[in-house]
Amino acid sequence: MLHYTLKRIAIAVPTILILIVLSFALMHSAPGSPFTGERPLPPEVLANLEAKYGLDRSFPEQVARYVWRIVTDFDFGPSYSHHDRTVNEIIAQGFPVTLTYGSLAFLFSILAGTGLGIAAAVYRKTWLDSLAVGVSVGAQVLPNFIMAPILVLIFTLWLGWLPGGGWQGGQWPYLIMPVIALATSFMASIARITRSSMIETLNSDFILTARSKGLPFRQVVIRHAMKPALLPVISYLGPTFVGLITGSVVIDIYFSTGGIGQHFVNAAINRDYPLIMGVTILIGILTVLFNLLVDILYVWIDPRIRY
Amino acid sequence: MQTPSPDHCENPNSTLHPFDFQFISGEFRLRNHLIALAAAAGLGIGAMAQADTPSHHPLTGEELSETQTFTYRMLDEAPTLDPQLNQDSEGFDILRDLFEGLMNQDPNGELVPGVAERFASSNGNRTFTFHLRDNAKWSNGDPVTTRDFVYAWRRAVDPAVGSPYAWYVELAGVMNASAIQAGDMPPEALGVKALDPHTLQVDLDRPVPYFAEMTTYATFFPTHRPTIEAHGIAWTRPGNLVSNGAYVLAEHVPNEYHARTRNPHYWDNESTIVERVTGLVVNDEHQALTRYFADEVDRTGIPAGQFPNLKEQYPDQTHSMPALCTYYYTINHTETGHPALRDRRVRSALSYAFDRDIIVSSLLKGGQAPAYNFTHPATAGFDPTVPDYARMTQAERDEAARELFAAAGYGPENPLQLSLIYNTSESHKKIATVASQMWKQKLGVDIKLSNFEWKTYLVRRKNQEFDLSRAGWCGDYNEASTFLDVMTSSSGANDGKFMDARVDELMEQSRTLDDPTPNYREVEAILASEMAMIPIYHYTSVFMLKPDIRGWPFGNVQNNWYSKDLYRVKSAR
Repeated sequence: MLHYTLKRIAIAVPTILILIVLSFALMHSAPGSPFTGERPLPPEVLANLEAKYGLDRSFPEQVARYVWRIVTDFDFGPSYSHHDRTVNEIIAQGFPVTLTYGSLAFLFSILAGTGLGIAAAVYRKTWLDSLAVGVSVGAQVLPNFIMAPILVLIFTLWLGWLPGGGWQGGQWPYLIMPVIALATSFMASIARITRSSMIETLNSDFILTARSKGLPFRQVVIRHAMKPALLPVISYLGPTFVGLITGSVVIDIYFSTGGIGQHFVNAAINRDYPLIMGVTILIGILTVLFNLLVDILYVWIDPRIRY
Repeated sequence: MQTPSPDHCENPNSTLHPFDFQFISGEFRLRNHLIALAAAAGLGIGAMAQADTPSHHPLTGEELSETQTFTYRMLDEAPTLDPQLNQDSEGFDILRDLFEGLMNQDPNGELVPGVAERFASSNGNRTFTFHLRDNAKWSNGDPVTTRDFVYAWRRAVDPAVGSPYAWYVELAGVMNASAIQAGDMPPEALGVKALDPHTLQVDLDRPVPYFAEMTTYATFFPTHRPTIEAHGIAWTRPGNLVSNGAYVLAEHVPNEYHARTRNPHYWDNESTIVERVTGLVVNDEHQALTRYFADEVDRTGIPAGQFPNLKEQYPDQTHSMPALCTYYYTINHTETGHPALRDRRVRSALSYAFDRDIIVSSLLKGGQAPAYNFTHPATAGFDPTVPDYARMTQAERDEAARELFAAAGYGPENPLQLSLIYNTSESHKKIATVASQMWKQKLGVDIKLSNFEWKTYLVRRKNQEFDLSRAGWCGDYNEASTFLDVMTSSSGANDGKFMDARVDELMEQSRTLDDPTPNYREVEAILASEMAMIPIYHYTSVFMLKPDIRGWPFGNVQNNWYSKDLYRVKSAR
């Protein structure tokens, strides 16, 4: 197990390096530069800017210098579009915001999603099942960019209960709508996966054995069916969690939360190379990390799995 | 300014979005528990109503509200609060409050004293001398002197600083600006001298009659050297930032909000009324409008097409004012463009057949004016001659277009195929679609529409990889040359490469004239007869403003508002 973990971590390093080189190359191949504007800069100004940010050097040199600065100083460089801040500062400011609403949305979608899914499976073909399926299908077809304006319309404009946006250090009135808007579709997916997996598990031989031994149904569900039924859910959770905590462009745009999600779009449009790289590497590392975590969780949940 | 950020349709330069976004404002009203609680804790509302707010406006006598706050919506986070690095219109909104340059604009856009009490020009508009007031102070109490201006202006062109707006100093004609940027001269060689702590002399390398107007822009604002030297790039953070304007930066959470409060050291602090100004970043314009109606912001832009309805429902809150920008289609005059476009008749036919009224009255619906000139008609001191084709009816224009087109050898039998590029945006797409329909029906032209993401589109434009291209131009300063210079051969923004020796000559000549208007008129006449490009409409800025916010500079066509001129009246909302 330890050996396996170490091996996975060792593989992660070249993976991230490849990610860096590829993203760097893709980014530089996009037309235009950070300094392309409607009014072209005089050549001397452009030269000054390129020299200032090292863009006048060769591609391999740029990549090498970039990676070296990260390794030695953990410095992700200056941002080209936010002149007053470094990429480290931008991520340090935005990531906690995203982590907060992302984690809450994650918890909410797991609790509500598995709850709905299990209830639907256990009370299959009853009104409860129809309700749960109805809710999850409804939530699925309401993507966050539809949910967000609807929520604001209802809770801010009509009812006047919640502020329409902002973050204010994460005070709870500012958290509710972003979390709900972000969580609904994930909750729906989790509910659907849980329901079908639970139905399958409840029909499997070992459950029938347990039931025929006369164990109470509730106990069978909780003690025997729960763990195997949640296995597919867990494989879905790894990437979902990374997706949630690395932010949502939509949430940041609608609720002005100041998270890092918006930078994926804006930095790319502005050709803010260091900022694109910064957020890409962050996502890359988190993805690798959580995939590993999920694999380890598997072993704990399903004793048949061995690495 | 590079790109139109006006409230309508456009994407501002450095802050571009794939979505249709825009601009805001607002005040947190104590309307319900949660908002009140959160606002009081987060935005410090408790501290807003200060005892020294007068009960009535000293000039108008209107009864003032006890809460002197102004909250507006920003489309995006300002890329910087460093005046010399700024190139963004929303950044400029903040900087106008935090800093003060030599001159300011009044609510009608007229020049009024700022840090300078007066100025004089000599040597045929090649030398400007500014006399600074002796009571101007930085927010830490230091006096504002000519040295602060000299320091700031040198920073703006210093290659080591690498300002993306260094060209503005060059545009203003300050002596040696180009050589310094090129590294051929030290920044100290810049043509700005502190004759004494209160007399600033500026030497220009050519006559620039409107130089004083140009000092209202952020690039020419003074900066506080000890602060910059002490904090490096972090000098613009709240707590570090020392500024000389009516306000100081109180709070700043990037991508969420800025808050600025009164600067007690400001020389005219007594006349300032609004205590606290907050800019909330709300990317989505529809969301921003909802928050305007929820009383969270006092000002926001109006999404395209919604102006007429809102105007009907809220006539006193819905505003449309001219914005110094023109929307047009650039024609590629070079070898890479369709050869037919080098025929004046073809260019004219395309322009004549383009029904601008449909665009402004059915598509945009925000009070925009159909354009037949390049220069925005609201530009100060400019009364353009309306070209002949502007006076025809559309039917007459269509007829003339068909004749011109046939004379050039094109028509339904010999159809012309052209490409039209635009940057990705709903409203550009609509206009381009309508244009292609009009040209197809009237002239049988097949238009291939292509949209590109902003930077890709810019690169294609710079490289003349188009036949026709959507374009917008906004005045950098309120004078016709800011538009007309674009069409000169040497202009870097002349992406269609229209070359006309007479235009170049007239513009060059205009710089030394006391009254350049005849030259400008002649240039416009050439642009119209040669149909150098296809003007489409002149921009307006459409926005919602709460009725109790007064002092809005409706007469300032550059939409340069100063919070120190605003106030909130007591009203039964």
